[in-house]
Amino acid sequence: MPMVFEKTRGLTDRETHYCPGCTHGIIHRLVAEVLEEMELLDATIGVAPVGCSVLAYDYFNCDMHEAAHGRAPAVATGIKRVHPDLTVFAYQGDGDLASIGTAEIVHAAHRGEKITVIFVNNAIYGMTGGQMAPTTLIGQKTTTSPYGREQSHAGNPIRISEMLATIDGATFIERTSVHNPQSVRKTKAAIREAFTVQQKGLGFSMVEVLSTCPTNWGMPPVEALEWLEANMIPYYPLGRFRSPGVDRTSAAEV
Amino acid sequence: MEKVLMKGNEAVGAAAIRGGCRYFFGYPITPQNELPEYMSRELPKVGGVFLQAESEIAAINMVYGAAGSGARVMTSSSSPGIALKQEGISYIAGAELPCVIVNMMRGGPGLGGIQPGQSDYFQATRGGGNGDYRHIVYAPASVQETVDIMTEAFDVADQYRIPVLVLGDGMIGQMMEPVEFRDPPTRELPEKDWITDGTAGRRAPNIINSLYLAPQDLEDHNRRLDAKHRLITERETRWESFRCDDAEIVFVSYGTASRIVRNAVEMLREQGVRAGLIRPITLWPWPQAAFDALGPSVRALMAVEMSMGQMIDDVKISAAGRWPVGFYGRSGGMVPDQHAIAEAAVAMLETATQEVR
Repeated sequence: MPMVFEKTRGLTDRETHYCPGCTHGIIHRLVAEVLEEMELLDATIGVAPVGCSVLAYDYFNCDMHEAAHGRAPAVATGIKRVHPDLTVFAYQGDGDLASIGTAEIVHAAHRGEKITVIFVNNAIYGMTGGQMAPTTLIGQKTTTSPYGREQSHAGNPIRISEMLATIDGATFIERTSVHNPQSVRKTKAAIREAFTVQQKGLGFSMVEVLSTCPTNWGMPPVEALEWLEANMIPYYPLGRFRSPGVDRTSAAEV
Repeated sequence: MEKVLMKGNEAVGAAAIRGGCRYFFGYPITPQNELPEYMSRELPKVGGVFLQAESEIAAINMVYGAAGSGARVMTSSSSPGIALKQEGISYIAGAELPCVIVNMMRGGPGLGGIQPGQSDYFQATRGGGNGDYRHIVYAPASVQETVDIMTEAFDVADQYRIPVLVLGDGMIGQMMEPVEFRDPPTRELPEKDWITDGTAGRRAPNIINSLYLAPQDLEDHNRRLDAKHRLITERETRWESFRCDDAEIVFVSYGTASRIVRNAVEMLREQGVRAGLIRPITLWPWPQAAFDALGPSVRALMAVEMSMGQMIDDVKISAAGRWPVGFYGRSGGMVPDQHAIAEAAVAMLETATQEVR
């Protein structure tokens, strides 16, 4: 019988700990497939964050580091400077990257560090039990914003891709989503592009992927996908913000 | 090799490169800036990389990444900057990575001052970071000793897969002394088969990690680390005992302060007071054996530090009630005076005599 689909070699056979309906699994698979298809797996070092994807080092089938909270871009910098010929990526959530790790991500981008960052934004702290993240939407209820996030109290949600796109060293910045098959395919294309930028030595690359957290959002998985589309995408517009040779691209142009 | 006159901070850099260091990640802070400046100038000449990080926190995490990838790597800072690195040091110790960290201590707490101090003893020896970990702490007392230790430190770190802290102070970093660069004793180093350098399709992935979610796994890890700490204590403890044989009072002092105490010992001897000095060269592992070797002539111990009294805790543990333990210290960047130290010793001996009567 002809093989029509098989699990990517980029993932190990470990059963993941992710909640039912969580989209981390899809994003893991996309990163792994791209690394396998680009024949980079054997020459890649990944960095796992602190947060829901803390155990990613057990899932990706390549050399891995587990970093302290928010420090993945600094750890990846150390690795890349020692092994400039290898592919280095960091996989980070929004608490990790957009809150405690803002200095590290900004300066890795600013140095044009030749690493790829996969930034998974689900607008909440998942691992610790659904607390408010810097990316939590206005009005969104979390365990530390039980009455809904208020702008006057907690400020507006932070748009990381737009912020990093102002930095010259950030060669490739794109925001995608995984709420339907079409967006999953676009995410894979963006991840491939990001790794290609690194392969060519062009500079820093990041793909921000809008993701769901059915458990802490308190809704069934399908409803969570719909909530993402209806609420997150209007505030976090999808699109390519920076690409090689293009100084600044607005999301609308993509 | 002939002696050259070098400033402490630059000599540290030269010794590190001689010891095989090829990567330096750091952040500016007084009084150790000549070291990163030296590395930024010299590392590119030997195919190495100097990178100025955005913070001490980022720098130590770059060290974590580089060390896990197999590099001989170091960072340096001074007291408040070392405080910021503690999270990373804990992770490096937990993941069992080799690296070298230099702290040219200044006074504290907080922003403190920029003059020499020894008030990071607790931070250095008790673990400023979280968890059950230890790391080696060398406390050299001269530029020559600093150079010898720095040259060897990368081998020691590799041998045990542990962070090595070289604890100097602003005085060691800033003063110029003649130094000779010598090769350290040869050590048998284990193969680095645990590093991340790409599997190249030849092995299973390597993982650099300090997370053990299952309680039994973490306890097993803690026990492995403890066994390593015991081995290091057995093999790597260093100290110098100076004129302790017939001493009635024995000073305990390290680094810059110990040089002044040595003068006080000579001065007291000239006055007919039999003084001696235990100078720990490793602060961890701590030289307990130096105290157990003291003879019946000893009537009192006295810790001398450039702090309000931190190492004295270890001196008391080592004394274990066998001798009274006195203290003389200056802080804030003030350097102890040998006459004041000698006076304190004489006063203590008088008190000890009265107590015996």
